[in-house]
Amino acid sequence: FYLTPSQVNSILKANEYSFKVPEFDGKNVSSVLGFDSNQLPANAPIEDRRSAATCLQTRGMLLGVFDGHAGCACAQAVSERLFYYIAVSLLPHETLLEIENAVESGRALLPILQWHKHPNDYFSKEASKLYFNSLRTYWQELIDLNSGETTDVREALINAFKRLDNDISLEAQVGDPNSFLNYLVLRVAFSGATACVAHVDGVDLHIANTGDSRAMLGVQEEDGSWSAVNLSYDHNAQNEHEVERVKMEHPKSEEKNLVKQDRLLGLLMPFRAFGDVKFKWSIELQKRVVESGPDQLNDNEYTRFIPPNYHTPPYLTAEPEVIHHKLRPQDKFLVLATDGLWETMHRQDVARIVGEYLTGVHHQQPIAVGGYKVTLGQMHGLLTERRARISSVFEDQNAATHLIRHAVGNNEFGTVDHERLSKMLSLPEELARMYRDDITIIVVQFNSHVIGAYQNEE
Amino acid sequence: AARMFLRLLSDIQWRAAHPKWRMTSSQRSASTTAEPHPVSLPAQAQVVICGGGIMGTSVAYHLSKMGWKDIVLLEQGRLAAGTTRFCAGIVSTARPVSVELKMAHYSNKLYQQLEQETGVQTGYMKTGSISLAQTQDRLISLKRIASSLNVMGIPCEVISPKKVLQLHPLINIHDLVGAMYVPEDALVSSANVSLALATAASRNGVQIHERTCVSHVTIQKGQVTGVETDRGRIQCEYFVNCAGQWAYELGHSGEEPVHIPLHACEHFYLLTHPLKEPLSSSLPTIVDPDGRIYIRNWQGGILSGGFEKNPKPLFTEGRNQLEIQNLQEDWDHFGPLLGSLLRRMPGLEALQIMQLVNCPESFTPDMRCIMGESPTARGYFVLAGMNSAGISYGGGAGKYLAEWIVNGYPSENVWPLDLKRFGTLQSSRTFLRHRVMEVMPLMCDLKVPRWDFQTGRQLRTSPLYDRLDAQGARWMEKHGFERVKYFVPPGNDLLDLDHSKTFYKPDWFDIVGSEVKCCKEAVCVIDMSSFTKFEISSTGDQALESLQYLFSNDLDVPVGHVVHTGMLNEKGGYENDCSIARLSKRSFFMISPTDQQVHCWAWLKNHLPDDSNLVMEDVTWKYTALNLIGPRAVDVLSELSYAPMTAEHFPSLFCKEMSVGYANGIRVMSITHTGEPGFVLYIPIEYALHVYNEVMNMGQKYGIRNAGYYALRSLRIEKFFAFWGQDLDAFTTPMECGREFQVKLDKGMQFLGQEALWEQKQNGVYKRFTMFILEDHDTDMDLWPWWGEPIFRNGRYVGKTTSSAYSYTLERHVCLGFVHHFDEKTGEELVVTTDFINQGEYEIDIAGQRFQAKAKLYPFSSLFTQRRRKDEVELSGYQRE
Repeated sequence: FYLTPSQVNSILKANEYSFKVPEFDGKNVSSVLGFDSNQLPANAPIEDRRSAATCLQTRGMLLGVFDGHAGCACAQAVSERLFYYIAVSLLPHETLLEIENAVESGRALLPILQWHKHPNDYFSKEASKLYFNSLRTYWQELIDLNSGETTDVREALINAFKRLDNDISLEAQVGDPNSFLNYLVLRVAFSGATACVAHVDGVDLHIANTGDSRAMLGVQEEDGSWSAVNLSYDHNAQNEHEVERVKMEHPKSEEKNLVKQDRLLGLLMPFRAFGDVKFKWSIELQKRVVESGPDQLNDNEYTRFIPPNYHTPPYLTAEPEVIHHKLRPQDKFLVLATDGLWETMHRQDVARIVGEYLTGVHHQQPIAVGGYKVTLGQMHGLLTERRARISSVFEDQNAATHLIRHAVGNNEFGTVDHERLSKMLSLPEELARMYRDDITIIVVQFNSHVIGAYQNEE
Repeated sequence: AARMFLRLLSDIQWRAAHPKWRMTSSQRSASTTAEPHPVSLPAQAQVVICGGGIMGTSVAYHLSKMGWKDIVLLEQGRLAAGTTRFCAGIVSTARPVSVELKMAHYSNKLYQQLEQETGVQTGYMKTGSISLAQTQDRLISLKRIASSLNVMGIPCEVISPKKVLQLHPLINIHDLVGAMYVPEDALVSSANVSLALATAASRNGVQIHERTCVSHVTIQKGQVTGVETDRGRIQCEYFVNCAGQWAYELGHSGEEPVHIPLHACEHFYLLTHPLKEPLSSSLPTIVDPDGRIYIRNWQGGILSGGFEKNPKPLFTEGRNQLEIQNLQEDWDHFGPLLGSLLRRMPGLEALQIMQLVNCPESFTPDMRCIMGESPTARGYFVLAGMNSAGISYGGGAGKYLAEWIVNGYPSENVWPLDLKRFGTLQSSRTFLRHRVMEVMPLMCDLKVPRWDFQTGRQLRTSPLYDRLDAQGARWMEKHGFERVKYFVPPGNDLLDLDHSKTFYKPDWFDIVGSEVKCCKEAVCVIDMSSFTKFEISSTGDQALESLQYLFSNDLDVPVGHVVHTGMLNEKGGYENDCSIARLSKRSFFMISPTDQQVHCWAWLKNHLPDDSNLVMEDVTWKYTALNLIGPRAVDVLSELSYAPMTAEHFPSLFCKEMSVGYANGIRVMSITHTGEPGFVLYIPIEYALHVYNEVMNMGQKYGIRNAGYYALRSLRIEKFFAFWGQDLDAFTTPMECGREFQVKLDKGMQFLGQEALWEQKQNGVYKRFTMFILEDHDTDMDLWPWWGEPIFRNGRYVGKTTSSAYSYTLERHVCLGFVHHFDEKTGEELVVTTDFINQGEYEIDIAGQRFQAKAKLYPFSSLFTQRRRKDEVELSGYQRE
């Protein structure tokens, strides 16, 4: 059986979300026009997460995709918490003091982030207090440390990533008297997640990446064609530098066991990740926590299993690699996506499809009557047809949805094949994961005029 | 077939070169005969006109007709080569604004005889025009226009769809509810009209120079001294900017900018080959506003254009170019209009396209054209911004401007078109770009009473804006200033903007009613900060002496008194209507209507002596004004100030600086602009929030609430208060609106307008401001009056209304307007006496339906329960909004 086009659309559009940045927010003009995001599950439930927020106490916007493994707990926690850690790391000393004083005296807190969330993107209510306390400890330490230096975005990103991973680890070690929370923090720590986060402020674009999600810039060449520029490196076995790094961090004797079958210790695909304490804690610590933990944890084969050749932990880090890029007017958009997309599509195709989608209207050549014999009726028919064509390009109102449609439905000629699309989307849950991975995409569109103006100022 | 056709077209590169079509090719030579091109420019001239389009040539024509000969007209390209050349050439008199209607009517008459006068073929053809209505509301708006055309003696008829078909066989009428037929509307070749005007002007001695570019105008001490061109300098007394869409840039090119707020938009129309059986050149022009298009016959085929919903503004950055080349055709953009055309005339499917013409038109922020003298540079005149009706207005506008230059003022009230209605605040390019994108679609949108522009808002606001907004304020805008219409009580939802458009009873009726009730019974606060406020002071008696000459009422009153007075011109007409408080022996505080900010300033600057000891300052922005209206205002204020505010201590028309709450230096005036008891508080802006909070807190126990301008308007109209800019204008004298008591005729003092008023006192007036109470009008079911409705006395037309409102006290509609006395045989204007007013049966015509009305020359005294000293003075007719 086949899904009808409208059934296909309702599946593809279920999780789509768009946000247009107000042209002028009262403080400054934004170099970001807006973003489209979407995700298509293969796992049930989906293990990918996404986040987007505007920093309210500093400038800039944060966007990120998170690919979970061994469950979605860690990806969920990171998607809720990471941006707060980044925002706090970016805050000037005075603002931190102000916030701390507000908490101390029970006053209303300055809002730090304005989230842009799809209704399906939830935050866990139960853990919010716990998460908040950890975050507060972090900013208290930042206040005590007051270096007096202005905050460097790169450093802030690295600190935030590492600190959050550390907190995840600590919370699991300490546990929680509430049994639900206790189990939650353990699930978060024992599952894992990669993160690819963009921070955009004016022409300054920072990408912080941990794991194998990817950030790619869409560039329009002078002749109008599209090309792709990578703004992150995958942390996996295909990345020589990454393999080299892992080998450097452990004794020579372990070298041949470190990477097996393109996996870390023969088990894990990404070479960097949040959580995954099984690759970070000592064996003693793992045993102690699991044994004192709740029964569900103790009964779990996966958590009790110790990786082979496990001698000198940690083998895994959450420290991101940060790339800074100064935006130019030809940089039209940024794609952040989990490996589900990149497995099926080459970045060149991604750049072309999104680029043509975003500029689609302008690519229809204008009509000229010139000396030809055209009647009003013919012209009217022609214009109606052109309008219909344009609206079919815009069947997807969301660039991310458009990209997913291609990623799942493309045939060998690079065009969307409805039959294929229908098949891929109607796979039963247990089979879906074998044909495709969870896909999460954020497409950020830049405002070239604003970027041009920034450039002229400099 | 359509698919193949597309392939064909997309392979063709658009050719930007010269269009094959030229409207004027055969007449090109006319311009050369009209203009023996001298080698060099004259060194001086009395008048230099910049722009050789319909406006420039019309001004030159009329100036030379009036006997001025020393005139030079400069055109950067060729004559009639800009928008004028591409203009669709429709002369249409169906205009909602009365002065625009008069201009169009005059233009039509002028063009009709122009060919005979000049020998230049103008292509004039009286075809008539039919405006179609697809909805009942549209038909009402057409009927309103028909009423005002009829009383002007312009033939006009509201007709049925069937009749439309008889007049124009190609029209699909199945979706029409009616139409308006104006049989004398005409078609012309606009370029040729312009050339004919130039020819006549040239014969009268006007020098015309093509290919001469004005770079800027030189201004010294606020007076035009000459123009700099690419061919040298010309000294001149007067400069006329008729540069069309380049008028803004030209205005800004000099050292002292002249702000001319207009902006160009692309405008498209279609030309076709002739039909198999070519259309008759006498076939009427069709205007289908609901379909956003117009259609005229053109060389056996049709010419059809329109005003789309999504206009394309252009030249925002001011890209100049010599002649407007054919801009790119944009068929995708024109698509909806083409669809609309084929719906209206389905028979045209097989008609062959000749060309899609893209011809930029300039639009203004309020859809009315711009004429008049710059407020900052004397002798600098402007005529531009025609909102795509240039050919209709051309003749009349040129005539009025010529009269303005020669006589100091035109023969009609042109305040609605006066450049001085704008200030610098409307000349931001961003504002203009956004506003014209709203204005252009509005050309076709239904214009109902009380509509407001939606773009370019929140520019000037009171410090209380957010506070009032949070309490449900709904806003309108005047001169860029946000003012409250009324307050929507919590939980009370009004219709959205589109659905609230009506010619009948509006959805805010009860809301405003309760605000009015509160003004009558308790106390209301209205933020009236938008008023123009000037301070005039001097070291000696200069201020008093000069103001005594410029204002008609006696200003030599004790310190602390407030005087209502007109600022009159030589003919005794109101240039401004204001209240002036004497703050001290040597300083005065003057309050005028909001839109007087530029005009009044310019008038005073031009008339006050050049004396460094006499200082005038615009303090509009320094004060927030709160109007406390109602019988309990006195209680609120006395509690807040610990000062007795009763009539014995604080009589009416009194002004005193006092403290209110913690704030000091609040100017309290015992006037309310409504005739109700109360006060206006002029508060230095930093205290505005404090005083407002104090007033609201203290007012709680007296039942205080916020109110808006609609309540104020209802109150002032039921009290027969005239308002400058609506009821009063430069052609209205105090004698004509029962305000002789505001004139110091008997004091033996010289003042501007004195002779004219004296003469009226001796011989009587020719029009009289009158109040009408509608008798058989059903507020719920009948169309509401607005303004501009014809007044009939004993079945004969005697004048028009100028404003109207529902009086919640009388439970009747009240219209204000002027009654004339036209001789039954000759139509000559006769003196209007009190008896004439009183001995007549009156009817008001609302969209063709007549309602009986009772005329009154004095307000209802029974309306006023609380009488106070000097009440008569304030009550008998002073007001503004």
